[in-house]
This record gives sequence, C-alpha cells and structure tokens, in this order.
Amino acid sequence: MTVGFVMLCHEALDRAAQVAGYWARAGCPVVLHVDARVGQRDYDALVAAVSGYRDVRFSRRLRCEWGTWSLVEATQAAAEMLLAEFPRASHVFLASGACLPLRPVAELNAYLGARPGTDFIESVTTEDVAWAAGGLDRERFSLRFPFAWKRHRRLFDAYVELQRRLRVARTIPEGLVPHLGAQWWCLRRETLTAILSDPARPQIDRYFRRVWIPDESYFQTLVRRHGARVESRSLTLAKFDYQGKPHVFYDDHLQLLRDSNCFVARKIWPRADRLYHAFLNEAAQAQSAAEPRPDKIDRLFLRAVRRRTRGRGGLCMVSRFPRDGWENGRSSNPYSVIEGLGELFHDFPDWLRRETGAQVHGHLFAPGRAEFAGGERHFAGALSDSAALRDYRPEAFLTSLIWNTRGERQCFLFGPRDTQRIGHWVAADPNADITVVSGAWAVPLFLSGRPVAKVRKEAARLQKIEARHLNHLRRHQVRARVRIWTLADFVETPMEPLRSVLDGIGRRSAPRLTEAPRMVDLAGFGAFLQALRNEGMHPHLMGDFPVEPAAASPRPGRAAPTDDDRPHVAL
Amino acid sequence: MAVEAVRRYRLRWQRKRWRVRALRKRRELAAVADRSATIAADDILACVVLRNERLRLPHFLSYYRRLGVDHFLCVDNGSTDGTAEYLASQPDVSLWSSGASYRRSRFGIDWVNWLLRRYAHGHWTLTVDVDEFFVYPFCDTRPLRALTGWLDASSVRSFGTLLLDMYPKGALTAHPYSEGQDPLDIASWFDAGNYVISRNDEYGNLWIQGGPRARVFFSDRPESAPALNKIPLVKWHRAYTFVSSTHMLLPRGLNLVYDEWGGEKTSGCLLHAKFLDTFAAKTREETRRRQHYAAGGEYRAYAGASGPETDLWCSRSEKYVNWRQLEILGLMSKGNWA
Repeated sequence: MTVGFVMLCHEALDRAAQVAGYWARAGCPVVLHVDARVGQRDYDALVAAVSGYRDVRFSRRLRCEWGTWSLVEATQAAAEMLLAEFPRASHVFLASGACLPLRPVAELNAYLGARPGTDFIESVTTEDVAWAAGGLDRERFSLRFPFAWKRHRRLFDAYVELQRRLRVARTIPEGLVPHLGAQWWCLRRETLTAILSDPARPQIDRYFRRVWIPDESYFQTLVRRHGARVESRSLTLAKFDYQGKPHVFYDDHLQLLRDSNCFVARKIWPRADRLYHAFLNEAAQAQSAAEPRPDKIDRLFLRAVRRRTRGRGGLCMVSRFPRDGWENGRSSNPYSVIEGLGELFHDFPDWLRRETGAQVHGHLFAPGRAEFAGGERHFAGALSDSAALRDYRPEAFLTSLIWNTRGERQCFLFGPRDTQRIGHWVAADPNADITVVSGAWAVPLFLSGRPVAKVRKEAARLQKIEARHLNHLRRHQVRARVRIWTLADFVETPMEPLRSVLDGIGRRSAPRLTEAPRMVDLAGFGAFLQALRNEGMHPHLMGDFPVEPAAASPRPGRAAPTDDDRPHVAL
Repeated sequence: MAVEAVRRYRLRWQRKRWRVRALRKRRELAAVADRSATIAADDILACVVLRNERLRLPHFLSYYRRLGVDHFLCVDNGSTDGTAEYLASQPDVSLWSSGASYRRSRFGIDWVNWLLRRYAHGHWTLTVDVDEFFVYPFCDTRPLRALTGWLDASSVRSFGTLLLDMYPKGALTAHPYSEGQDPLDIASWFDAGNYVISRNDEYGNLWIQGGPRARVFFSDRPESAPALNKIPLVKWHRAYTFVSSTHMLLPRGLNLVYDEWGGEKTSGCLLHAKFLDTFAAKTREETRRRQHYAAGGEYRAYAGASGPETDLWCSRSEKYVNWRQLEILGLMSKGNWA
C-alpha cells in the first residue's frame, strides 16, 4: 500500500519543494506539475531543491487558469506519469503546492489499506449541492464556457446570458451523470487507470473542455462510472468561504489542525513557518488510526462566514453600517420602555430592579441629562449623561447602551417630558417591549399642587406630545411589543400594566410579587382633571377617569387586553 | 441615474484636481535621505508626516517594523528637536523635509498624495501619524503581510479602522513618557461604546464621532467632535488620492470599507496614543501655530478644557488588553478572516 502524490504548483515553490521532499522521504512517489506561467528561474530552483530525491518527477508544464480545462489537463498528464513510472503506487493523491501533510504518510497508507477498494472523492449530484458559487450549478454542464471568468468577466457573463436566451442545452455524453465536488481527491490506481483509458475519453474530454470549472466535476463525474466504492468526501481539509475563495491556515491554527486528525490541509499561508516546521519535522509518534475530525475547523469557518454575511445584530461600527431594514435587529437585545408607571409608583425603578434584577434607568431621555440607573454620570461603554451628546444621535445612544450591556436586561422610563425623537425609533424595534399608561404625565402636575390655571398650558403641551407618540405606537409598521392602558384602566386594575412589564422582562417563574410597589395617592385626581376641563382643556388620554373613583384595588385574574378590549383612547 | 452620473463626473474632476495639486506641492519637498531605490516590488510601505516627534520615533519605528513594514516614507515639517537627523540615519527610511505651511498642504495630505503617487504604486501602504498604532485581527500572531495577502486574495483594496483615542488614568502630566517606551503602557484606557456613525453620501464613507474627545471636550457641541473613521491601509494606485486626512479617498469605492447589508467586513483600530504628558506642550504650540484642522480649533478646545490637568478617564473607561477585546466589544471585526 503506497500512495503517490500529484502536486499542482503555481506559487510559493519553496514550500512545495519542502512538502514534496517530505513525502519522498517517506517513500512516496511524487509528480509535480508546475504552472507554465512560473518563471524559469523559480522552476529551476524547485528542480534543484528536489533533485536529491529519486522518486520526484516533473510533468509537462501547462498554463493553468482557474476555472478552466487546463487544470484537468495538467492533472491528467501528471497522474498518467505517476501511474506509468511508479508501478508500486496503489493510490494517487491529488494535492496542491499549498497543501501540508498533518499526519505521517504511514498513517495514511494504513488508513487506505484498511479500506480496500475505496475511492475518496467528494462527488455530489448537481441537485444536491448548495455551495456552488454563482448559481451556475446545472448550467455548468449545459452551457459552454470558453471565456476565463477571472480575466474576461464581462464576456463570460454576456456569453452565458446569450446562451440562456438562445436556450442552448449541450448534450451530456452518454452514460455520464454530472457530479460535483472538491478538487482534491485520492483515487485507487484501478479507478484512475479506468478513467484515463476510457475508450470514450476523447469525446468526454471534448465535452468537459467547455464545462465551467471542470476540475470540480471531471473526476467527480467519471468516478461514478469507473469507481467501485465511492466514499464521497475528501481526505484533504479544504474550506471555502462564501465567495468560493479558500480559507487560509496560519500559525495560530496549529492546535486546531493538530486536533483535526486530517491527513492533509490546504491552503497554508506560505510564511506560516510554525506550521511547516511543526508538521514536517515531527518525529513519528505512536501510529494512530484516528478518523479525521474536521468539525471544529468547520465551525470556525462557518462562524467566520456568518460574521461576514449576517454580522452581529444591533451593532454599528466601522465595518458594519446596515441600511434601513438590513440590520438583523436594530438593537442587539430585548429591553423595556416603561411609560407612565414611573409617575404612578414611588421609586418605581428601584422597585423593579429589586423585583427582577434588571438594570432600570430613570428617564434616559430626560431633557436635562440621561438619568442612568444609580444616578451615575457615565454608563457602560463610557456613555455620558450629557443630554447634548445623547440628543446628537439618540438612536446611536440607545443601540450603544443596549450593545454595551449585552446579557443584562435594560429598562428605562419614557414620557412626554423627554426628548421625543427616540419614541418612534423604538416602536419599529422588535426588541423593544413598550408598556404605556397614557395620561400618567398629569399625575406629577396634580401632585405639584400648583394652581390648575398655571399647569393647564403644560398639560395641553404634554398631552399633544403623548398623543403624537401614541399615534406612532399604533401604526402598522410597529414591530415592538406594545401594550397601552389609559390611566382610568390602570386605576381599575393597576396590576395589569405591572404584570405586562414583568412578563416582558421574562420574570415568569414567580407568579407573586415579593414586594408590592407603593402607588401614589390619586385621591382628588378626578377633581383635578375636572378642574382642567373647567379651564377649557380637554384631558382625554386618561380615559374615562371618574371624578371620584372607587377605592383603587388590584383586581386579579383579568386577562391582558386583546385588540378588542384594549382600552381605546380617543385622539 | 443622471444625478449619480453628474456626481461621478464631479468627483472624477475633484480627484484630478487633488492629483494636480499634489504634483504642484511636490516642489515643497526636499529630499533629505532618499532610499526609495531600495523598495522591493512587494514591500509594504508606511507614510508619515511629522513635526518634533523625536521622543516617540524609536517606539513608533520598532512597532511598525515588527508588524512587517519594509520601508517608511517620511516628511519632516520643520522639526527642531532632532527628528530629521534621527530619521535620516535609519536604513529603512526615506526622508523629505518641508518648511512650507502644514495647513496649506491640507494638513500634509498633499505631500502624502505626492509621495504615494511617486513611490507607492502597487504597494500596500499604511498612512499613519506617529501617535497612531495599527491593530488588526490576529495582529499578535499574523504579520501585516498575512493581512495584505488575504485582502489581495479577496480583491479588497482598502482597509477601514476606528481611530481609538487612548488615555491614561489621572492627569496627563502624571505619567511622563520616556523615549522607547510603549505609550500604550501609559495611555491604556479607552471608551468602549459611545460612538456615533453617519454615512457621507458624497464620498460614500462613514463618519464616526465619539470617544473621550467628544465626551470631554465637545459635550456641548458634539457635531464638531473630530472624525474617528480612518482608512490607513490601501493597496495604492497612482490614480488614488486621499481627500481629507486618511478619513476618505477618491475614487469613492475605496471608502466602502463597511458592509451595508448586515454583514461585517474585516476591520481594525488605530490606537491613538495622543494623550500623553507631551500633549499639553503640543496643544500650546499648535494653538499658537494654528496649523491644524479648522485653524487649530480642536486644539483650542483642548486648551480650554483644563490644559495639563485634563483627566479623560471615567468610571466606565475600559482598559486595553488586546485586539480580541476590541473585537468582542465591536470596535473592530474579523469579518470572514478566521
């Protein structure tokens, strides 16, 4: 059982020489194909570097261009050479100059020996591939691709379009079922010989000459015709990102590569000295028959692609600034906006914090300063309490606050006395949980004891602001969870808005409050409203607040309002 | 459509104008030590305009040499502290000097544009100040060349950063900086999450403000706070120009270092170690010279704040650990570089 290596090289030839030497020292025959575009000097240096090894050969040099037939042609030539000149080679392993062996060849030989008659090549029908970049999966086989995608992008695209219009459909040679897969394989001598000496090869080659990226389909298709048992996976650890570009391994991947138990990895950064040194000089340890386990590396690269394509929701930064609607979440985490309750209970923020453990701010958007929890001047992320800084970009202020405190629920009070701009922004944020008791802004006016004639104007102003805000909360674009009660509803069932706030925070486990919040005394409030009316104002956001209400007592058991019985507020 | 075409045409002319201006401004530069002939084809370059920074130079040069910068293109703008002599003696530095007005060279950017056009065509080029330290994902394990190679493979030509203002805890004068010292040992604190961003529709770049300068010096007029978006690393082409410092470039596509569809491109930070004990003296000098942006207005704001007793530190300041910390905080991103 001896595996022979075909290496396709086009850059970093010094590394290719090192790896070829490593395999040759282990007794493996190696055939190198060097891209004809590589300069003569570099080529000569490579030849000189491996001249000491008897079983390293060079195949006829071709100009290789990505995505074209030339790569298959080079592979064929090198593989034919290997099969002809090294009868002892039982398998042929296709590698590149940027591959690095991670395990001793003896382990690879043993692994192949234990799985006789098996060809290792990823080979999937076109219906089943999800990864083909550019959407050209079926069309790779039904159209012609005479133009190099890398050099003549426009010509390439135009010709594809033209063929689509003309409904070109090439006939696939008889007996072939198109399959796709990674370029790097390990085939048995028998299979490869059968593929290369197929009597129909001239026709097949002529067909694949115009297929798009044939190096991912030629052997992958033909192995289905000639192979005995196809193990559809590559023994080479090679990962591609969302643009179809190979991920590169660096020195800091050493441990991951070691743990992967894969036989060969690509693509290695040519200057990754530590990797080359570690894997090419390691003394052969106890032979291991472990299965390759690339899943950790898979996950790493999957995460990277997700970071690039989806990003971290709710984060705006130097390389992520989504357009409207593409944020994957305007904010990073759920938070609560509480309107009115702060006016109706004594020390409401403190109580809520004790009850839920959440971070509860005062009026974050108060005109004077941002009232951070605990009265701090600065908050997480060095956010300042300066109103000017906050109001410069209130959305950025809030998203920063939510981002900076990831993992800790944030709640803040809001009302018509605050800077309003954030009001409709939060309404469109699915992470916002908004509980409103409308009209509660009148309570501090009532408690101030100032004459009604004096507060009348202020009341009208606040009512107008809140009415506009409630309008925003009722639009169909609203994506926040919004619950609105009027002050009159609240007085009837004060526990409901509270429960809504607690539910929003997710405190479901304890159905009972450990401590009831202390409500402000509303005796005389009805008369206060009547006095406002008498002054000619129309306080309507409180609902039908009785002039002398019945004793306010929590009435448990009533369900949260549905759309039908949601208290209606006339505007 | 038509609006877009007009805009493109206008920006095209603007770019040409900056290039011609750079061509004209080259006369202000006198070669002191021109070693540009030693620049190899794939060398990574750094371009710096400076004045009286002798004290900071040893650490600056060694920091960037360690990252893998092969050659420094420097313009000395009338230093009197031995900066020029020190630079001229470095084997990997090409030095030009100019006694002309910093302000009228658009804060040195005309000189930079000229040097890059002349010497940086086809090179990855890092344009930074002496107090800016470039940090990128994996910079502790992968040299700059790994990053530029990966950017090349990804067909990316420019790399965005956040200018992250670093500051000490306590008064700036409390910890004097000495030659060769890592300034980040003193100025090791930063603001982790108080930045605001908007898009500049004309040039397509992001405009980022915030950090300690906005918090302390500009809290009453945040719109005047300095810009923190920088694009220091560019695979230079002779047709490119910086428009305003390294905040933005032309052609416009180079400014698209951010993703607009929810994803994150790979990005870094420029750690800005400006706020050392030397800052007070610098502020006095620059206010007097009025050679800086908006006629030194920024420096006047600093001088007004409280001078040498300035303490930028607050209870929520974050202490710098490494790039991974900045990545987790969302100040930079690995993107799909893993």
